[in-house]
Amino acid sequence: MTEFAYFYRGYELPASPEEMQKKTVKWMTWLKDLSDKGHVKSLGEPLQPGGKVVKGTKKQIIDGPYAEAKDVVGGYSIIVAKDIEQAVELSLGCPIFEDDGSIEVRPFGQPALGDGY
Amino acid sequence: MDIEEHFFRHEFGRIVATLTRLFGVGNFALVEDVTQDAFCRAMETWKLRGLPKNPSAWLMATAKNRALDILRRERTARVSEPALARFLESEWTLVPTVEEAFSAYAVNDSQLRMMFSCCHPRLSEEAQIALILHILCGFSVKEIAQAFVSSHAAIEKRITRAKKILAESTKLFDLADADLPSRLSSVLQALYLLFNEGYHGSSPEAAVRMELCQEAMRLMNLLTKQPALVTPQSYALAALMYLNAARLPTRLDGSGNLVSFFEQDRSLWNHNLIAEGQALLNLSASGTELTKYHIEAAIASMHTSAARSEDTDWKQIVSLYDMLMAIHPSPVVALNRAIAIAQLEGPDRGLQEIRIIHDLHRLSSYPFYPATLGELELRRGNYPVAKAHFSTALSLARNPMERNFLQRLIDTCKES
Repeated sequence: MTEFAYFYRGYELPASPEEMQKKTVKWMTWLKDLSDKGHVKSLGEPLQPGGKVVKGTKKQIIDGPYAEAKDVVGGYSIIVAKDIEQAVELSLGCPIFEDDGSIEVRPFGQPALGDGY
Repeated sequence: MDIEEHFFRHEFGRIVATLTRLFGVGNFALVEDVTQDAFCRAMETWKLRGLPKNPSAWLMATAKNRALDILRRERTARVSEPALARFLESEWTLVPTVEEAFSAYAVNDSQLRMMFSCCHPRLSEEAQIALILHILCGFSVKEIAQAFVSSHAAIEKRITRAKKILAESTKLFDLADADLPSRLSSVLQALYLLFNEGYHGSSPEAAVRMELCQEAMRLMNLLTKQPALVTPQSYALAALMYLNAARLPTRLDGSGNLVSFFEQDRSLWNHNLIAEGQALLNLSASGTELTKYHIEAAIASMHTSAARSEDTDWKQIVSLYDMLMAIHPSPVVALNRAIAIAQLEGPDRGLQEIRIIHDLHRLSSYPFYPATLGELELRRGNYPVAKAHFSTALSLARNPMERNFLQRLIDTCKES
């Protein structure tokens, strides 16, 4: 099994409290289902849209977000799957797609060498 | 997931009212921003992390912290009620004042003041209801437009204008104000219309919109829990809502079709609501004023207290309609009175009463007027005439439920 990060990007927020509630419940249901099947390592955290970017040798500090609104990462989760295909498959039920958002699926970088190292 | 139905919507109303108390009605855009921000935070966090232990307290605390930030930073935010403003100046009193505004008692009080403020005499009844739904019930413009079969643009314009008038008041309505009694009547009327819109619903999508009834009842409960505000007429309106709500589940059958009043399965009526309504009706029977709410609640109670349709005391109901006609005459009331007379004295008498209704032309687009004529002709065995009336009613029907209901009656005439 490999760990993957899901980065949630760019989606419209619903306009009314009722729609917000429906959307929240959809997300909770989706993640709970993944969790019940043992695929969730960490539910992750939401990220606020604003922030700072510190950059380059001059350590220049700029106001974030530096990407366009639709590309800003709104949160992440850590998922366990047997390979990238399954990790992608598991993401398909996410309500983010209804709002034209995207999920970036990234395998963790450390090579799986086992305990002997 | 264990999130109460319409939870966000209801919390929205509570938070908007509370923040308006702090920031003042003139700062309504700021209030909406802070509220929206708290809800976005809740949604973004909960959708990943799940519900917190106490979602309501979580939202309130988030809004409160944001309010404190803003009040510390921006002097312009402090144009709240004159009575509060001076306490928001110093850090010593700022926190306790804000804490106090977020206490359970103050939140309810702010909602009531907001409700009274929305029923501003310069606003039409339609605008008052739209404003109440928008501000206190968290309905978006789109949702209100759907509920009232109106265009988005029309509702938006109505709400924008209404907010402007609201903002011109220097503070939220003071419930100790000398204008309270007249304002209370407007509030009750707005809640009455809101409930009726849900109950009789002219929406093309649904004949019964339970949500509007529920919202009207939720606000009504806020009002009747405040000892200073309950009058016999508020009890009477609350009773009317409970007694009618008790019968809501049987207005539609399992497949969503309208069910004729006489064919409703009375065992499915909500007996807790009936008991509650009856208790409220008893409470309303003090004082000297007899309002339309009293009489309408009494009529509803005549229905809910009859175990079977044939046990109904129509004589009593006719005399209640006579009283209603005396204080609040309208063609619809007259039509209902005629139906009661038909029950008591037969369809011929019913038709006779209908023919003499004053202002009958005002019913010309009301589908239940020709439908009633059809029903009475059907009982007289005049099938072709009945069928013609039902066909007229069908052409006026406002939603698929009404259409199916009338189509079935037309089919009955054909078979007979």
